[in-house]
Amino acid sequence: MGHTLAEKILMHNTGVADCRPGDIVITHPDCVMFHDIYTTNVYRKFKEMGFTKSWDPEKVIIMFDHLLPTCLPLDGDHLKYGYQFAEEFGARKVHAGDGICHQLMPELGYARPGDVVFVTDSHTTTYGAVSAFSTGIGYTEMAAVLGTGEMWVRVPSAIKIQIDGTLPDGVCSKDIALRILGDLKAAGGTYKSLEFCGSTIDAMPVDERLTIANMAVECGAKVGLFAPTKESCAYSNVKYDDVSWLHFDDDAEYEKVLTYKAEDMVPYIAAHPYVDNVKPLSELEGMKVDKVFIGSCTNGRLQDLAAAARVLEGRHIAPHMELLITPASRSIFKQAIALGYIQTFIQAGAMVTHPYCSLCEGRSGGLLSDDEVLLGTNNRNFLGRLGSPKSKTYLGSPVVAAATAVAGHLIHPADLKQERNYGI
Amino acid sequence: MEMRFEGRIWKLGDDIDTDIIMPTQWLTLDTMDEVKKHAFEPLRPELAAAIRPGDIIVAGHNFGCGSSREQAPEALSALKIRCIIAKSFARIFFRNAINNGLLLIECNELADHVVEGDVVTVEINRYVSCHGKKYDIPHIPDNIFQIIEDGGLVKSMQKRNGIIKG
Repeated sequence: MGHTLAEKILMHNTGVADCRPGDIVITHPDCVMFHDIYTTNVYRKFKEMGFTKSWDPEKVIIMFDHLLPTCLPLDGDHLKYGYQFAEEFGARKVHAGDGICHQLMPELGYARPGDVVFVTDSHTTTYGAVSAFSTGIGYTEMAAVLGTGEMWVRVPSAIKIQIDGTLPDGVCSKDIALRILGDLKAAGGTYKSLEFCGSTIDAMPVDERLTIANMAVECGAKVGLFAPTKESCAYSNVKYDDVSWLHFDDDAEYEKVLTYKAEDMVPYIAAHPYVDNVKPLSELEGMKVDKVFIGSCTNGRLQDLAAAARVLEGRHIAPHMELLITPASRSIFKQAIALGYIQTFIQAGAMVTHPYCSLCEGRSGGLLSDDEVLLGTNNRNFLGRLGSPKSKTYLGSPVVAAATAVAGHLIHPADLKQERNYGI
Repeated sequence: MEMRFEGRIWKLGDDIDTDIIMPTQWLTLDTMDEVKKHAFEPLRPELAAAIRPGDIIVAGHNFGCGSSREQAPEALSALKIRCIIAKSFARIFFRNAINNGLLLIECNELADHVVEGDVVTVEINRYVSCHGKKYDIPHIPDNIFQIIEDGGLVKSMQKRNGIIKG
Protein backbone atom coordinates (compact mmCIF):
# COMPACT_ATOMS: atom_id res chain seq x y z
CA MET A 1 0.00 0.00 0.00
CA GLY A 2 1.15 3.53 -0.79
CA HIS A 3 1.96 6.35 1.59
CA THR A 4 0.73 9.88 2.21
CA LEU A 5 3.14 12.80 1.72
CA ALA A 6 3.48 13.12 5.50
CA GLU A 7 4.36 9.43 5.91
CA LYS A 8 6.90 9.64 3.08
CA ILE A 9 8.74 12.57 4.65
CA LEU A 10 8.74 10.95 8.10
CA MET A 11 10.07 7.69 6.65
CA HIS A 12 12.73 9.59 4.70
CA ASN A 13 13.78 11.49 7.82
CA THR A 14 13.74 8.65 10.34
CA GLY A 15 14.89 5.82 8.08
CA VAL A 16 12.02 3.55 9.17
CA ALA A 17 10.88 1.26 6.35
CA ASP A 18 7.21 1.85 6.98
CA CYS A 19 5.02 4.02 9.17
CA ARG A 20 1.29 4.42 9.58
CA PRO A 21 -1.05 6.84 11.39
CA GLY A 22 -0.75 6.56 15.17
CA ASP A 23 2.86 5.30 15.14
CA ILE A 24 5.25 7.37 17.23
CA VAL A 25 8.53 8.08 15.41
CA ILE A 26 11.66 9.94 16.49
CA THR A 27 12.62 12.58 13.92
CA HIS A 28 15.94 14.37 13.44
CA PRO A 29 15.00 17.85 12.23
CA ASP A 30 16.77 19.40 9.23
CA CYS A 31 16.53 22.74 11.01
CA VAL A 32 14.70 24.43 13.88
CA MET A 33 13.86 28.08 14.45
CA PHE A 34 12.58 30.12 17.37
CA HIS A 35 11.48 33.74 17.32
CA ASP A 36 11.79 36.74 19.58
CA ILE A 37 8.58 36.22 21.59
CA TYR A 38 10.18 33.07 23.04
CA THR A 39 13.92 33.77 23.06
CA THR A 40 13.95 34.42 26.82
CA ASN A 41 11.94 31.30 27.58
CA VAL A 42 14.05 29.09 25.30
CA TYR A 43 17.29 30.45 26.76
CA ARG A 44 16.17 29.90 30.36
CA LYS A 45 14.65 26.45 29.79
CA PHE A 46 17.70 25.31 27.79
CA LYS A 47 20.01 26.25 30.68
CA GLU A 48 17.66 24.85 33.30
CA MET A 49 17.63 21.51 31.47
CA GLY A 50 21.40 21.36 31.85
CA PHE A 51 22.44 21.72 28.20
CA THR A 52 25.59 23.66 27.37
CA LYS A 53 25.49 23.80 23.57
CA SER A 54 22.96 23.34 20.79
CA TRP A 55 23.08 19.98 19.03
CA ASP A 56 24.08 21.53 15.68
CA PRO A 57 24.55 25.32 15.36
CA GLU A 58 24.26 24.94 11.57
CA LYS A 59 20.65 23.85 12.01
CA VAL A 60 19.53 26.50 14.49
CA ILE A 61 17.96 29.75 13.30
CA ILE A 62 16.69 32.66 15.41
CA MET A 63 14.40 35.33 13.96
CA PHE A 64 13.22 38.65 15.35
CA ASP A 65 9.90 39.51 13.74
CA HIS A 66 7.26 39.93 16.45
CA LEU A 67 9.13 42.51 18.51
CA LEU A 68 10.89 44.58 15.86
CA PRO A 69 10.35 47.47 15.93
CA THR A 70 10.00 47.11 19.71
CA CYS A 71 6.81 48.56 21.15
CA LEU A 72 7.17 47.96 24.90
CA PRO A 73 10.19 48.83 27.01
CA LEU A 74 10.78 45.17 27.93
CA ASP A 75 10.84 43.98 24.31
CA GLY A 76 14.52 44.71 23.85
CA ASP A 77 15.43 42.19 26.57
CA HIS A 78 14.01 39.38 24.44
CA LEU A 79 16.22 40.39 21.54
CA LYS A 80 19.26 40.35 23.86
CA TYR A 81 18.43 36.80 24.96
CA GLY A 82 18.26 35.78 21.28
CA TYR A 83 21.71 37.14 20.55
CA GLN A 84 23.01 35.64 23.79
CA PHE A 85 21.68 32.19 22.90
CA ALA A 86 23.40 32.35 19.51
CA GLU A 87 26.69 33.39 21.06
CA GLU A 88 26.68 31.12 24.10
CA PHE A 89 25.06 27.94 22.76
CA GLY A 90 25.36 28.21 18.97
CA ALA A 91 22.90 29.22 16.27
CA ARG A 92 23.66 29.44 12.57
CA LYS A 93 21.80 32.60 11.76
CA VAL A 94 20.07 35.44 13.55
CA HIS A 95 17.71 37.48 11.37
CA ALA A 96 16.70 40.81 12.87
CA GLY A 97 14.07 42.80 11.03
CA ASP A 98 14.45 40.89 7.77
CA GLY A 99 10.77 40.04 7.79
CA ILE A 100 8.23 37.58 9.14
CA CYS A 101 9.79 34.24 10.03
CA HIS A 102 7.28 32.21 8.02
CA GLN A 103 8.13 34.16 4.88
CA LEU A 104 11.87 34.00 5.49
CA MET A 105 12.11 30.26 6.20
CA PRO A 106 11.04 29.24 2.68
CA GLU A 107 12.31 32.43 0.98
CA LEU A 108 15.86 31.97 2.28
CA GLY A 109 15.84 28.23 1.61
CA TYR A 110 15.97 27.10 5.26
CA ALA A 111 12.83 24.98 4.78
CA ARG A 112 13.06 22.84 1.66
CA PRO A 113 11.18 19.95 0.01
CA GLY A 114 11.33 16.78 2.10
CA ASP A 115 12.70 18.51 5.20
CA VAL A 116 11.43 18.13 8.76
CA VAL A 117 11.29 21.51 10.53
CA PHE A 118 10.09 22.61 13.97
CA VAL A 119 9.45 26.21 14.97
CA THR A 120 7.98 27.85 18.08
CA ASP A 121 4.96 29.13 16.20
CA SER A 122 1.66 27.66 15.10
CA HIS A 123 1.90 28.99 11.52
CA THR A 124 4.94 26.80 10.86
CA THR A 125 2.59 24.73 8.68
CA THR A 126 3.36 27.39 6.02
CA TYR A 127 6.41 25.55 4.68
CA GLY A 128 4.23 22.68 3.56
CA ALA A 129 3.87 24.87 0.47
CA VAL A 130 7.48 23.97 -0.36
CA SER A 131 6.84 20.36 0.69
CA ALA A 132 8.46 20.47 4.15
CA PHE A 133 6.96 18.58 7.11
CA SER A 134 6.93 21.63 9.34
CA THR A 135 4.92 22.20 12.47
CA GLY A 136 4.72 24.34 15.59
CA ILE A 137 5.97 23.45 19.06
CA GLY A 138 6.30 25.29 22.38
CA TYR A 139 9.42 26.79 23.94
CA THR A 140 10.06 23.97 26.41
CA GLU A 141 10.03 21.43 23.62
CA MET A 142 12.23 23.74 21.51
CA ALA A 143 14.76 23.85 24.34
CA ALA A 144 14.77 20.05 24.46
CA VAL A 145 15.17 19.59 20.69
CA LEU A 146 17.95 22.20 20.66
CA GLY A 147 19.81 20.04 23.13
CA THR A 148 19.04 16.60 21.77
CA GLY A 149 18.41 17.07 18.03
CA GLU A 150 15.48 14.69 18.43
CA MET A 151 11.73 15.11 18.46
CA TRP A 152 8.92 12.60 18.79
CA VAL A 153 6.05 12.85 16.34
CA ARG A 154 2.87 10.88 16.10
CA VAL A 155 2.35 9.94 12.44
CA PRO A 156 -0.78 11.84 11.39
CA SER A 157 -3.74 10.50 9.48
CA ALA A 158 -4.39 12.55 6.35
CA ILE A 159 -7.12 14.37 4.46
CA LYS A 160 -6.67 14.82 0.71
CA ILE A 161 -7.98 18.06 -0.74
CA GLN A 162 -8.28 18.08 -4.50
CA ILE A 163 -9.02 21.26 -6.44
CA ASP A 164 -9.30 21.27 -10.23
CA GLY A 165 -9.91 24.02 -12.76
CA THR A 166 -9.29 27.75 -13.02
CA LEU A 167 -10.21 30.27 -10.31
CA PRO A 168 -12.63 33.04 -11.40
CA ASP A 169 -11.42 36.66 -11.50
CA GLY A 170 -11.26 38.27 -8.08
CA VAL A 171 -10.83 34.89 -6.32
CA CYS A 172 -7.50 34.18 -4.59
CA SER A 173 -5.84 31.23 -2.86
CA LYS A 174 -6.97 32.90 0.41
CA ASP A 175 -10.55 32.19 -0.64
CA ILE A 176 -9.67 28.52 -1.13
CA ALA A 177 -8.14 28.45 2.36
CA LEU A 178 -11.23 30.06 3.91
CA ARG A 179 -13.64 27.81 2.02
CA ILE A 180 -11.81 24.71 3.27
CA LEU A 181 -11.84 26.05 6.85
CA GLY A 182 -15.54 26.73 6.61
CA ASP A 183 -16.10 23.15 5.47
CA LEU A 184 -13.69 21.37 7.83
CA LYS A 185 -14.29 23.71 10.81
CA ALA A 186 -11.76 24.81 13.44
CA ALA A 187 -11.13 21.32 14.80
CA GLY A 188 -11.74 19.35 11.58
CA GLY A 189 -8.08 18.81 10.84
CA THR A 190 -6.74 18.39 14.38
CA TYR A 191 -3.56 16.24 14.50
CA LYS A 192 -3.92 15.55 10.74
CA SER A 193 -1.95 16.15 7.56
CA LEU A 194 -3.87 18.14 4.94
CA GLU A 195 -2.52 17.24 1.50
CA PHE A 196 -3.39 19.42 -1.50
CA CYS A 197 -3.55 18.26 -5.12
CA GLY A 198 -5.38 18.81 -8.43
CA SER A 199 -4.82 20.93 -11.51
CA THR A 200 -5.48 24.24 -9.70
CA ILE A 201 -2.85 23.35 -7.10
CA ASP A 202 -0.34 22.08 -9.73
CA ALA A 203 -0.52 25.42 -11.56
CA MET A 204 -0.44 27.54 -8.39
CA PRO A 205 2.67 29.71 -7.74
CA VAL A 206 4.51 29.20 -4.45
CA ASP A 207 3.36 32.63 -3.16
CA GLU A 208 -0.26 31.45 -3.27
CA ARG A 209 0.46 27.94 -1.95
CA LEU A 210 2.08 29.52 1.10
CA THR A 211 -1.24 31.21 1.97
CA ILE A 212 -3.12 27.90 1.99
CA ALA A 213 -0.44 25.99 3.92
CA ASN A 214 -0.25 28.86 6.42
CA MET A 215 -3.93 28.52 7.28
CA ALA A 216 -3.89 24.71 7.56
CA VAL A 217 -3.30 25.16 11.29
CA GLU A 218 -6.57 27.07 11.64
CA CYS A 219 -8.44 23.78 11.41
CA GLY A 220 -5.96 22.21 13.81
CA ALA A 221 -3.76 20.45 11.23
CA LYS A 222 -0.25 19.28 12.08
CA VAL A 223 0.97 19.94 8.53
CA GLY A 224 -0.47 21.21 5.22
CA LEU A 225 1.49 19.59 2.41
CA PHE A 226 1.91 20.19 -1.31
CA ALA A 227 3.92 17.90 -3.60
CA PRO A 228 6.99 19.54 -5.15
CA THR A 229 6.70 20.94 -8.69
CA LYS A 230 9.46 22.18 -10.98
CA GLU A 231 8.43 25.75 -10.07
CA SER A 232 8.46 25.11 -6.32
CA CYS A 233 11.85 23.39 -6.59
CA ALA A 234 13.24 26.38 -8.49
CA TYR A 235 11.90 28.60 -5.65
CA SER A 236 13.69 26.41 -3.09
CA ASN A 237 16.80 26.09 -5.26
CA VAL A 238 16.73 22.28 -5.27
CA LYS A 239 16.66 19.83 -8.19
CA TYR A 240 13.23 18.39 -8.90
CA ASP A 241 14.74 14.97 -9.58
CA ASP A 242 16.22 14.92 -6.07
CA VAL A 243 12.79 15.24 -4.46
CA SER A 244 10.57 13.53 -7.02
CA TRP A 245 10.13 10.67 -4.51
CA LEU A 246 7.74 13.00 -2.72
CA HIS A 247 4.69 12.50 -4.95
CA PHE A 248 1.10 11.43 -4.36
CA ASP A 249 0.53 7.65 -4.33
CA ASP A 250 -2.75 6.53 -5.87
CA ASP A 251 -3.08 3.77 -3.28
CA ALA A 252 -2.23 5.84 -0.19
CA GLU A 253 -4.85 5.75 2.53
CA TYR A 254 -6.67 9.02 3.17
CA GLU A 255 -9.20 9.35 5.95
CA LYS A 256 -11.28 11.68 3.83
CA VAL A 257 -11.10 13.31 0.39
CA LEU A 258 -12.57 16.76 -0.28
CA THR A 259 -12.95 17.74 -3.94
CA TYR A 260 -13.63 21.20 -5.30
CA LYS A 261 -14.07 22.82 -8.70
CA ALA A 262 -12.10 26.06 -8.83
CA GLU A 263 -14.84 27.61 -10.96
CA ASP A 264 -17.26 27.22 -8.02
CA MET A 265 -15.08 29.31 -5.69
CA VAL A 266 -16.14 32.86 -4.78
CA PRO A 267 -14.57 35.45 -2.46
CA TYR A 268 -15.11 34.35 1.16
CA ILE A 269 -14.99 36.16 4.48
CA ALA A 270 -14.30 34.64 7.92
CA ALA A 271 -16.70 36.60 10.11
CA HIS A 272 -16.03 37.67 13.70
CA PRO A 273 -15.00 35.99 15.99
CA TYR A 274 -14.08 32.56 14.58
CA VAL A 275 -11.86 31.63 11.63
CA ASP A 276 -14.32 28.92 10.61
CA ASN A 277 -17.29 31.30 10.62
CA VAL A 278 -16.94 31.51 6.83
CA LYS A 279 -19.53 33.13 4.56
CA PRO A 280 -19.51 34.10 0.88
CA LEU A 281 -18.60 37.79 0.56
CA SER A 282 -21.97 38.35 -1.15
CA GLU A 283 -23.77 37.72 2.17
CA LEU A 284 -21.85 40.47 3.93
CA GLU A 285 -21.39 43.03 1.16
CA GLY A 286 -22.15 46.56 2.28
CA MET A 287 -21.08 46.03 5.91
CA LYS A 288 -19.25 49.15 7.12
CA VAL A 289 -15.52 48.69 7.82
CA ASP A 290 -13.31 51.13 9.78
CA LYS A 291 -9.87 49.67 9.17
CA VAL A 292 -8.18 47.42 6.63
CA PHE A 293 -4.95 45.50 7.17
CA ILE A 294 -2.97 43.96 4.30
CA GLY A 295 0.01 41.92 5.42
CA SER A 296 1.05 38.98 7.68
CA CYS A 297 2.59 35.58 6.96
CA THR A 298 -0.71 34.70 5.27
CA ASN A 299 -0.96 37.49 2.70
CA GLY A 300 1.95 39.92 2.78
CA ARG A 301 3.79 38.53 -0.23
CA LEU A 302 4.67 40.23 -3.51
CA GLN A 303 1.74 38.67 -5.33
CA ASP A 304 -0.63 39.95 -2.63
CA LEU A 305 0.82 43.45 -2.78
CA ALA A 306 0.60 43.37 -6.60
CA ALA A 307 -3.08 42.40 -6.39
CA ALA A 308 -3.78 45.17 -3.88
CA ALA A 309 -1.85 47.71 -5.99
CA ARG A 310 -3.94 46.86 -9.06
CA VAL A 311 -7.09 47.71 -7.11
CA LEU A 312 -5.66 50.85 -5.47
CA GLU A 313 -3.99 52.28 -8.58
CA GLY A 314 -5.51 55.72 -9.27
CA ARG A 315 -7.93 55.41 -6.34
CA HIS A 316 -8.02 56.73 -2.79
CA ILE A 317 -9.25 55.09 0.41
CA ALA A 318 -12.63 56.14 1.81
CA PRO A 319 -12.95 59.06 4.30
CA HIS A 320 -12.13 58.00 7.91
CA MET A 321 -10.73 54.69 6.64
CA GLU A 322 -7.36 53.49 7.99
CA LEU A 323 -5.41 51.21 5.64
CA LEU A 324 -2.31 49.55 7.09
CA ILE A 325 0.00 47.65 4.73
CA THR A 326 2.97 45.54 5.87
CA PRO A 327 5.13 43.62 3.39
CA ALA A 328 6.14 40.17 4.66
CA SER A 329 9.89 40.52 4.15
CA ARG A 330 12.62 43.04 3.43
CA SER A 331 13.16 41.53 -0.01
CA ILE A 332 9.44 41.78 -0.83
CA PHE A 333 9.46 45.38 0.43
CA LYS A 334 12.35 46.25 -1.90
CA GLN A 335 10.68 44.60 -4.89
CA ALA A 336 7.38 46.35 -4.11
CA ILE A 337 9.22 49.67 -4.08
CA ALA A 338 10.96 48.89 -7.39
CA LEU A 339 7.67 47.88 -8.99
CA GLY A 340 5.88 51.05 -7.85
CA TYR A 341 3.38 49.31 -5.52
CA ILE A 342 4.48 51.20 -2.43
CA GLN A 343 4.11 54.53 -4.26
CA THR A 344 0.59 53.46 -5.27
CA PHE A 345 -0.26 52.58 -1.66
CA ILE A 346 1.00 55.86 -0.27
CA GLN A 347 -0.84 57.89 -2.90
CA ALA A 348 -4.01 55.95 -2.13
CA GLY A 349 -3.73 57.05 1.51
CA ALA A 350 -2.29 53.86 3.06
CA MET A 351 0.13 53.65 5.99
CA VAL A 352 3.02 51.35 5.02
CA THR A 353 5.25 49.76 7.70
CA HIS A 354 8.53 47.91 7.85
CA PRO A 355 8.18 44.12 7.39
CA TYR A 356 7.21 42.41 10.68
CA CYS A 357 4.23 40.61 12.22
CA SER A 358 2.50 43.98 12.49
CA LEU A 359 -1.15 44.17 13.53
CA CYS A 360 -1.66 40.40 13.19
CA GLU A 361 0.02 39.74 16.55
CA GLY A 362 -2.14 42.38 18.25
CA ARG A 363 0.44 44.18 20.35
CA SER A 364 1.71 47.06 18.19
CA GLY A 365 0.55 49.70 15.69
CA GLY A 366 -3.04 49.66 14.45
CA LEU A 367 -4.79 48.11 17.50
CA LEU A 368 -8.59 48.23 17.41
CA SER A 369 -10.76 50.25 19.81
CA ASP A 370 -14.22 49.31 21.13
CA ASP A 371 -16.76 48.72 18.36
CA GLU A 372 -14.26 49.17 15.52
CA VAL A 373 -14.52 46.78 12.57
CA LEU A 374 -11.45 45.55 10.70
CA LEU A 375 -11.06 43.56 7.52
CA GLY A 376 -7.64 41.88 7.50
CA THR A 377 -5.75 39.55 5.18
CA ASN A 378 -4.22 37.83 8.22
CA ASN A 379 -5.17 34.44 9.62
CA ARG A 380 -6.98 34.94 12.94
CA ASN A 381 -10.00 36.91 14.06
CA PHE A 382 -10.16 35.61 17.64
CA LEU A 383 -11.91 37.66 20.29
CA GLY A 384 -9.68 40.58 21.27
CA ARG A 385 -6.64 39.37 19.31
CA LEU A 386 -6.20 42.64 17.43
CA GLY A 387 -7.14 45.02 20.24
CA SER A 388 -10.30 45.57 22.28
CA PRO A 389 -12.44 42.47 22.94
CA LYS A 390 -15.32 44.72 21.84
CA SER A 391 -13.84 45.21 18.35
CA LYS A 392 -14.64 42.93 15.43
CA THR A 393 -12.26 41.35 12.92
CA TYR A 394 -13.18 39.87 9.55
CA LEU A 395 -10.71 38.01 7.32
CA GLY A 396 -10.53 38.06 3.53
CA SER A 397 -8.28 38.18 0.49
CA PRO A 398 -5.92 41.03 -0.49
CA VAL A 399 -8.12 42.13 -3.42
CA VAL A 400 -11.28 42.26 -1.32
CA ALA A 401 -9.31 44.10 1.39
CA ALA A 402 -8.02 46.71 -1.07
CA ALA A 403 -11.46 47.23 -2.60
CA THR A 404 -13.02 47.51 0.86
CA ALA A 405 -10.50 50.18 1.86
CA VAL A 406 -11.63 52.22 -1.16
CA ALA A 407 -15.36 51.69 -0.66
CA GLY A 408 -15.44 51.90 3.16
CA HIS A 409 -17.57 48.77 3.26
CA LEU A 410 -17.19 45.12 2.27
CA ILE A 411 -17.28 44.92 -1.52
CA HIS A 412 -16.29 42.65 -4.40
CA PRO A 413 -13.49 44.35 -6.39
CA ALA A 414 -15.52 43.98 -9.59
CA ASP A 415 -18.22 46.20 -8.05
CA LEU A 416 -15.81 49.05 -7.34
CA LYS A 417 -16.39 50.64 -10.74
CA GLN A 418 -19.88 51.65 -9.71
CA GLU A 419 -18.65 53.14 -6.44
CA ARG A 420 -17.86 56.78 -6.04
CA ASN A 421 -14.15 57.33 -6.56
CA TYR A 422 -12.93 59.62 -3.81
CA GLY A 423 -10.08 60.66 -6.10
CA ILE A 424 -6.68 62.02 -5.31
CA MET B 1 1.56 10.85 40.94
CA GLU B 2 -1.81 10.67 42.64
CA MET B 3 -3.97 8.46 40.45
CA ARG B 4 -7.26 9.52 42.07
CA PHE B 5 -8.31 13.02 43.04
CA GLU B 6 -11.26 15.39 43.01
CA GLY B 7 -11.69 19.08 42.32
CA ARG B 8 -14.12 21.92 41.87
CA ILE B 9 -14.76 22.76 38.20
CA TRP B 10 -14.79 25.87 36.06
CA LYS B 11 -16.73 25.35 32.87
CA LEU B 12 -15.84 26.76 29.45
CA GLY B 13 -17.16 26.21 25.91
CA ASP B 14 -15.78 25.10 22.53
CA ASP B 15 -12.75 26.55 20.68
CA ILE B 16 -11.22 28.31 23.71
CA ASP B 17 -8.17 29.70 21.88
CA THR B 18 -4.80 30.55 23.37
CA ASP B 19 -5.38 34.29 22.75
CA ILE B 20 -8.24 33.96 25.24
CA ILE B 21 -6.22 31.83 27.65
CA MET B 22 -3.33 34.32 27.49
CA PRO B 23 -3.61 37.55 25.43
CA THR B 24 -0.53 38.54 23.41
CA GLN B 25 0.19 41.75 25.29
CA TRP B 26 1.02 39.81 28.48
CA LEU B 27 3.30 37.19 26.93
CA THR B 28 6.50 39.14 27.47
CA LEU B 29 5.95 39.98 31.17
CA ASP B 30 9.00 38.83 33.06
CA THR B 31 7.58 36.28 35.48
CA MET B 32 4.85 33.67 35.28
CA ASP B 33 3.38 35.10 38.53
CA GLU B 34 2.59 38.28 36.60
CA VAL B 35 1.50 36.48 33.42
CA LYS B 36 -0.93 34.11 35.16
CA LYS B 37 -3.10 36.95 36.51
CA HIS B 38 -4.32 37.60 32.94
CA ALA B 39 -5.54 34.08 32.14
CA PHE B 40 -8.90 34.06 30.28
CA GLU B 41 -9.03 37.87 30.50
CA PRO B 42 -10.83 38.64 27.18
CA LEU B 43 -13.57 36.12 27.94
CA ARG B 44 -13.81 36.13 31.76
CA PRO B 45 -11.64 38.80 33.37
CA GLU B 46 -12.59 37.64 36.91
CA LEU B 47 -11.59 34.02 36.42
CA ALA B 48 -7.82 34.02 37.08
CA ALA B 49 -8.30 35.55 40.55
CA ALA B 50 -11.10 33.10 41.39
CA ILE B 51 -9.22 29.91 40.47
CA ARG B 52 -7.90 28.00 43.50
CA PRO B 53 -5.15 25.35 43.53
CA GLY B 54 -6.60 21.95 42.67
CA ASP B 55 -9.47 23.31 40.59
CA ILE B 56 -10.36 21.54 37.35
CA ILE B 57 -11.34 23.09 34.01
CA VAL B 58 -14.04 21.35 32.01
CA ALA B 59 -14.45 22.47 28.39
CA GLY B 60 -15.83 21.56 24.98
CA HIS B 61 -14.06 20.81 21.71
CA ASN B 62 -10.69 22.11 20.49
CA PHE B 63 -9.47 23.57 23.80
CA GLY B 64 -6.25 25.55 23.29
CA CYS B 65 -6.57 26.14 19.54
CA GLY B 66 -4.64 28.89 17.79
CA SER B 67 -1.23 30.25 18.69
CA SER B 68 1.63 28.06 19.92
CA ARG B 69 2.16 30.27 22.98
CA GLU B 70 3.24 28.06 25.84
CA GLN B 71 2.41 30.77 28.33
CA ALA B 72 -1.18 29.49 28.00
CA PRO B 73 -0.64 26.06 29.60
CA GLU B 74 2.24 27.34 31.75
CA ALA B 75 -0.06 29.97 33.29
CA LEU B 76 -2.72 27.34 34.01
CA SER B 77 -0.04 25.17 35.54
CA ALA B 78 1.10 28.17 37.63
CA LEU B 79 -2.50 28.73 38.77
CA LYS B 80 -2.26 25.10 39.96
CA ILE B 81 -5.12 23.85 37.82
CA ARG B 82 -5.16 20.11 38.64
CA CYS B 83 -6.23 18.99 35.18
CA ILE B 84 -8.28 19.97 32.15
CA ILE B 85 -11.06 17.70 30.95
CA ALA B 86 -12.23 18.65 27.45
CA LYS B 87 -14.03 17.03 24.53
CA SER B 88 -10.85 17.55 22.50
CA PHE B 89 -7.59 19.53 22.55
CA ALA B 90 -5.63 21.39 19.87
CA ARG B 91 -2.31 19.68 19.14
CA ILE B 92 0.30 22.29 20.11
CA PHE B 93 -1.55 23.08 23.35
CA PHE B 94 -1.68 19.35 24.02
CA ARG B 95 2.10 18.94 23.69
CA ASN B 96 2.80 22.15 25.60
CA ALA B 97 0.56 21.14 28.49
CA ILE B 98 2.21 17.73 28.79
CA ASN B 99 5.63 19.39 28.68
CA ASN B 100 4.56 21.58 31.62
CA GLY B 101 3.35 18.57 33.57
CA LEU B 102 -0.29 19.63 33.16
CA LEU B 103 -2.63 16.66 32.91
CA LEU B 104 -5.14 16.70 30.03
CA ILE B 105 -8.02 14.27 29.78
CA GLU B 106 -10.23 13.82 26.74
CA CYS B 107 -13.85 13.07 27.60
CA ASN B 108 -16.66 13.65 25.17
CA GLU B 109 -19.54 13.43 27.63
CA LEU B 110 -18.69 15.06 30.95
CA ALA B 111 -19.00 18.69 29.79
CA ASP B 112 -22.65 18.20 28.81
CA HIS B 113 -23.63 16.91 32.27
CA VAL B 114 -21.96 19.29 34.71
CA VAL B 115 -22.28 22.93 35.72
CA GLU B 116 -19.70 25.30 37.08
CA GLY B 117 -18.96 24.66 40.76
CA ASP B 118 -19.68 20.92 40.61
CA VAL B 119 -17.06 18.62 42.09
CA VAL B 120 -15.59 16.04 39.71
CA THR B 121 -13.63 12.92 40.65
CA VAL B 122 -10.82 11.73 38.37
CA GLU B 123 -9.29 8.28 38.34
CA ILE B 124 -6.42 8.53 35.83
CA ASN B 125 -6.63 6.10 32.88
CA ARG B 126 -10.02 4.85 34.10
CA TYR B 127 -12.88 7.33 34.42
CA VAL B 128 -14.12 10.73 35.52
CA SER B 129 -17.28 11.00 37.59
CA CYS B 130 -19.80 13.55 38.81
CA HIS B 131 -23.25 13.30 40.43
CA GLY B 132 -22.68 9.55 40.81
CA LYS B 133 -22.23 8.97 37.08
CA LYS B 134 -18.98 7.66 35.56
CA TYR B 135 -17.61 8.57 32.13
CA ASP B 136 -14.91 6.54 30.34
CA ILE B 137 -11.60 8.18 29.51
CA PRO B 138 -8.69 6.95 27.34
CA HIS B 139 -5.43 5.48 28.60
CA ILE B 140 -2.53 7.96 28.43
CA PRO B 141 0.32 6.72 26.12
CA ASP B 142 3.44 5.67 28.07
CA ASN B 143 5.87 8.26 26.64
CA ILE B 144 3.45 11.07 27.48
CA PHE B 145 2.64 9.75 30.96
CA GLN B 146 6.36 9.56 31.72
CA ILE B 147 6.80 13.28 31.00
CA ILE B 148 3.84 14.19 33.23
CA GLU B 149 5.11 11.91 35.99
CA ASP B 150 8.57 13.49 35.75
CA GLY B 151 6.83 16.83 36.38
CA GLY B 152 7.28 18.15 32.84
CA LEU B 153 9.87 18.09 30.08
CA VAL B 154 12.41 20.30 31.90
CA LYS B 155 12.67 17.71 34.68
CA SER B 156 12.78 14.88 32.11
CA MET B 157 15.74 16.55 30.44
CA GLN B 158 17.40 17.23 33.81
CA LYS B 159 17.14 13.49 34.49
CA ARG B 160 18.60 12.77 31.06
CA ASN B 161 21.47 15.18 31.65
CA GLY B 162 22.19 13.80 35.11
CA ILE B 163 21.30 17.01 36.96
CA ILE B 164 18.63 15.28 39.00
CA LYS B 165 18.26 11.60 39.77
CA GLY B 166 15.70 9.64 37.81
